Amino acid sequence: MPPEASTLAPRIDHLMLILVGMSVLIVSLVSALLIVFSIRYRRGSTAKRGRLPEWVSREIEIGWTAATFFVALFIFWFAAALQGAQYKMPKNAMEVHVVAKQWMWKLEHPNGRREINALHVPVGVPVRLVMTSQDVIHSFFVPAFRIKQDVLPGRYTEAWFEAKEVGTYHLFCAEYCGTDHSKMTGGIVVMPRAAYARWSRGVDEHGTLAQQGAQLFRQLGCTGCHGQSARVRAPSLAGIFGRRQPMEGGGFKVADEEYIHDSILQPQKDVVAGYTPVMPSYQGIASEDDVVRLIAYLKTPNGGSVE
Amino acid sequence: MSPNTQEGIVDRELRSPSYLQNGTTIRSWLLTTDHKRIGILYAMSITFFFFLGGIAATLIRLELISPTGLFLTNDEYNRAFTLHGIVMVWFFLVPSIPTTLGNFLLPMMIGAKDVAFPRLNLMSWYLFIAGGLLTVLALIAGGVDTGWTFYTPFSTLYSNSHVLLAAMGVFVVGFSSIATGVNFIATVHLLRAKGMTWMRLPLFGWAMYTTSLVMVLATPVLAMSLLLVVAERAFGLPIFDPRSGGDPLLFQHLFWFYSHPAVYIMVLPAFGVVSEIITCEARRRIFGYQFMVYAMVVIAVIGFMVWGHHMFVSGQSAFASLVFSFLSFVIAVPSAIKVFNWTGTLYRGQIRFSAPMLYALGFIGLFTIGGLTGLFLASIPIDVDLTDTYFVVAHFHYIMVGGSVSAFFGGLHFWWPKITGRMYSERLAQFAAISMFFGFNFTFFPQFIMGWMGMPRRYHLYAPEFQPWHVMSSMGAVVLAFGYAWPVFYLGWSLFKGQRAPDNPWDATGLEWQTRSPPPKENFDRTPVVTDGPYKYHPQDSTPHEVEQAQAPQVP
Repeated sequence: MPPEASTLAPRIDHLMLILVGMSVLIVSLVSALLIVFSIRYRRGSTAKRGRLPEWVSREIEIGWTAATFFVALFIFWFAAALQGAQYKMPKNAMEVHVVAKQWMWKLEHPNGRREINALHVPVGVPVRLVMTSQDVIHSFFVPAFRIKQDVLPGRYTEAWFEAKEVGTYHLFCAEYCGTDHSKMTGGIVVMPRAAYARWSRGVDEHGTLAQQGAQLFRQLGCTGCHGQSARVRAPSLAGIFGRRQPMEGGGFKVADEEYIHDSILQPQKDVVAGYTPVMPSYQGIASEDDVVRLIAYLKTPNGGSVE
Repeated sequence: MSPNTQEGIVDRELRSPSYLQNGTTIRSWLLTTDHKRIGILYAMSITFFFFLGGIAATLIRLELISPTGLFLTNDEYNRAFTLHGIVMVWFFLVPSIPTTLGNFLLPMMIGAKDVAFPRLNLMSWYLFIAGGLLTVLALIAGGVDTGWTFYTPFSTLYSNSHVLLAAMGVFVVGFSSIATGVNFIATVHLLRAKGMTWMRLPLFGWAMYTTSLVMVLATPVLAMSLLLVVAERAFGLPIFDPRSGGDPLLFQHLFWFYSHPAVYIMVLPAFGVVSEIITCEARRRIFGYQFMVYAMVVIAVIGFMVWGHHMFVSGQSAFASLVFSFLSFVIAVPSAIKVFNWTGTLYRGQIRFSAPMLYALGFIGLFTIGGLTGLFLASIPIDVDLTDTYFVVAHFHYIMVGGSVSAFFGGLHFWWPKITGRMYSERLAQFAAISMFFGFNFTFFPQFIMGWMGMPRRYHLYAPEFQPWHVMSSMGAVVLAFGYAWPVFYLGWSLFKGQRAPDNPWDATGLEWQTRSPPPKENFDRTPVVTDGPYKYHPQDSTPHEVEQAQAPQVP
């Protein structure tokens, strides 16, 4: 049995045990019947082989069809209920950005601390992972937490966990990604809260993710158009995160991580109503890491309103 | 069934020669339109690919004995498992039963002289060979490293291997599948003998029919998705590349829309073979014939609606996952019904433990385990943990190898006397069946456990705590390899030295047994007429006991 190191793990294992129990039961039933029939009705044995009325087989047939259907339905219902819990993201979660590339994991803490192939997290605190890939599809897999989520290029996917045991656990890439797929591994280091606080105080000299994002916001020239005194007419980005944006051609889009990501790298994709699509693409100029910083910056209360 | 083939003694000299003697030149084989000879051509080709894929499997199992690898580089290992997957899926498992046993037996079972389109049948074999050559060429050129799944954008933009050649190989071989499917559908619709109604069709016939429907409806989608891969890789057409607004997940939807039904292409024929063997060797009518037929039809239909269960962690919507999960549970029901019905068929039978029967019983056990572990993977929370681990590897090997390959070997032995006109050694064959069953379990059961422990699939180097399980699995593979290689020797021996087979050595009821062994080119000396349902091993209102009691020697 692998370690149960997250709050989710025991619940998954509970369902797993139910399924194992049921499987053992069914396999024993089928093999017992096979063996008993094989011995009793082997060719030439003296066992009685009386008639089998037609209705018997029909009743039995309908009986076990219904029984299997209800068993299947029950497990589905049970699993679906657990799925709800699995996907419900806790509100107060600490956010970690994950950028995957062939063949390494880059992890960024909100305070700007960066790690490669290792992630330090405090015990008992929910952690939300916001993940994207720079090249092919990868998959973030921590067996001890029973979580796995594919990491896609050009998209943000999410996963969460709350570690409940201090220790170091495997991080694997679970989606085949080329030559060194099996070397794209790392460790999740779960620390007591005090130790984690000490560890994370060694802040990156560049400041928090949001501070770095603010710097990039100027460096990349975003203020030139999105600033308040800009000459080019572009939508203001003050308080953009989470706002519903009206789209050219009708409809609304919520400005979430993915929306902002795409607006930077593929500005023609979603054009805000009333604006001409003049923004150039930042593909090749802003890296996935830069985009992560810009998003962190735009998420802050004053984000996007710099002059 | 009571075919009129026994009346009158036809003079041996006047009878038409068997299909094997009817022309012995290479040319007469390569240009044949006889479904039986095409079945033999296919059998030889897929045997070659089975051993090619087997060599790759051997390399993989050897390499995984040590967590740091033994003699392959990461790239070579990736190429080995890709080769294993591509060759085994498209050049062995998908064509295995339909193109060999199906080609040989389907027309005979329905009382026809040949398939509906004999020349299309030959063309399908040439397409198979062409696709095979392209794939072998890709291998010789240096191999492919995408995995058999060709996931984008890796396959289209990042892989430095011969993806185009391999994709074209699979593309071409897909058309041979479609040709076989179209042919079988037309054959079953048009060429059934007088009196052979749909509900008198042997279950093998139904299996071939439902498999063909899936082949014809699903394979074009595979062709499309591979063409899109080629378009993006060779011509830079942005389809899956997110940087140009493409969607890499689109490929997965298209790919699994074919590849999940493909699992049923591999396993439905096995259902047919096992039903034929069990009824004959238990001297019993099949339990619940109509339920068996409907179960296969339902599986073929719902098989098209469950592809999304391969994508629970891919980032598809939670609601879509829920629907796919539900449908995956639903499809378990007809599969379970089949298992219960085979078991029920044994009840009050006269069971003989011949080699084909051992293979068939092994099939039931392995298929049951494979099917039940499928329920684990249909449950979303558990799939999130287990997908892309060795648990999945073990699960689909139980279905596709434990299930389908056992059934294929069972069928090969069962119809061997009919096909070759020779008997094989029963003892040696029983030994092979038993070693295959145990070898298989030793190889793949440890993989369930290491998958549950978190061992990801397609890993060349792995964490040392998984080593004991890998070593166990590799040792099992030695037994399994013996189980696969051993029949080559005694069946090869039987070809030349085996005892001449009588027309109906197992006393079976199918039409194919009512003609000579090996059959003449036209299959039957007299066109059969069918007057009753299949599996008439005992009168409807009696049991084999009463029938055989009369003939059996009395035990004092």
